[in-house]
Amino acid sequence: MAIDLHRYANPARFLRIMGAIFPWVAISTAVLLIAGLYLGLFVSPEDYQQGDTVRIMFIHVPAAWMALSIYTMMAISSAVGLIWKHPVADLSAKAAAPIGACFTFLALVTGALWGQPMWGTYWVWDARLTSVLILFFLYLGYMAIWESFDDPSKAAKAAAILVLVGVINIPIIKFSVDWWNTLHQPASVATMDGPKIHSSILIPLLVMAAAYMSLFMSLFIVRVKSEILARRLRLLQMNKLQE
Amino acid sequence: MTRKRRRLVVVLLSVGILGLAAALVLNAFEDSLVFFHSPSDLVEKPVPPGRTFRLGGLVEEGSYVKQGVDISFNVTDLAESIPVKYRGLVPDLFREGQGVVAEGQFDENGTFVASNVLAKHDENYMPPEVAESLKEAGHWQEQAGDE
Repeated sequence: MAIDLHRYANPARFLRIMGAIFPWVAISTAVLLIAGLYLGLFVSPEDYQQGDTVRIMFIHVPAAWMALSIYTMMAISSAVGLIWKHPVADLSAKAAAPIGACFTFLALVTGALWGQPMWGTYWVWDARLTSVLILFFLYLGYMAIWESFDDPSKAAKAAAILVLVGVINIPIIKFSVDWWNTLHQPASVATMDGPKIHSSILIPLLVMAAAYMSLFMSLFIVRVKSEILARRLRLLQMNKLQE
Repeated sequence: MTRKRRRLVVVLLSVGILGLAAALVLNAFEDSLVFFHSPSDLVEKPVPPGRTFRLGGLVEEGSYVKQGVDISFNVTDLAESIPVKYRGLVPDLFREGQGVVAEGQFDENGTFVASNVLAKHDENYMPPEVAESLKEAGHWQEQAGDE
């Protein structure tokens, strides 16, 4: 029993902190999402080349940023879970995965919808698009591994190894547009000589990025809470069977 | 503690070795990972007529000629320039001075006959008025021409 208490201690504190943050991130999601969509769809000017099609970027670019950030966060959590066996770490990565997969899917779909009128094609197999598609499959593979093991600790280990192998893909996605000729344009915001987007278009983009971040935090807190509670339930049931 | 330390070393080493392997593989396959070749690449490594590949660069200013659905233009990377012929519709963003990627092959005369033309967008985003005032102020090239 003493061991169990020790195992519960950290997740309980984690849940308390998450519970305290939750109302704030939920409110900021609503506020930022409404502000970002309003600024992006109605206030910001059209682009000198793309016209109104530029507005797809407000949905697309922050989604792609989230796809990369969430995967990186999952890789760090998985490494912590693998090395220090921290009980919350594996569950954090597990809770984040479907949210990351959705953002990746959103980035792929909105990118295709932008590509058709601008490039003249929905899809090409250039280095950027292909590496993001691989990222999407890594998310799906990660989720499939969790489903395919009966023993959660084995699933956690196998899933963590997949995420860490796939983390190689993250710098490849980020720098694909610099290392190789791609149809996808190079980075506009995170560049060495400052953003190449006019402030009237950049500000809605950053508000949308903040909105997505809050949305992720809100969904993540709900999901990680239910993962921790489900694990506690499983442990209690196992203890009961042993009695 | 020692077991944790050992796991830490194993994880870091594995990721490091995987990263190295990935870097070597990507480096070896560089030629097939690029989406298109620039006119300068083609001067360096010429492609024989009849082989399909993608040619990319800027549509040279003043080179765009349209006769019905037959169009011709030059693709340039500001060092070398290659004439392109194409029959069909071009995307909205296709215009002189903008990025373009054409898929096709050389004919015997060294003209690139494209079967498909895609527009490439650059990384600059701004409202039309700002683009206009940048052009007037003469700052246009340093903004748009660093491709």
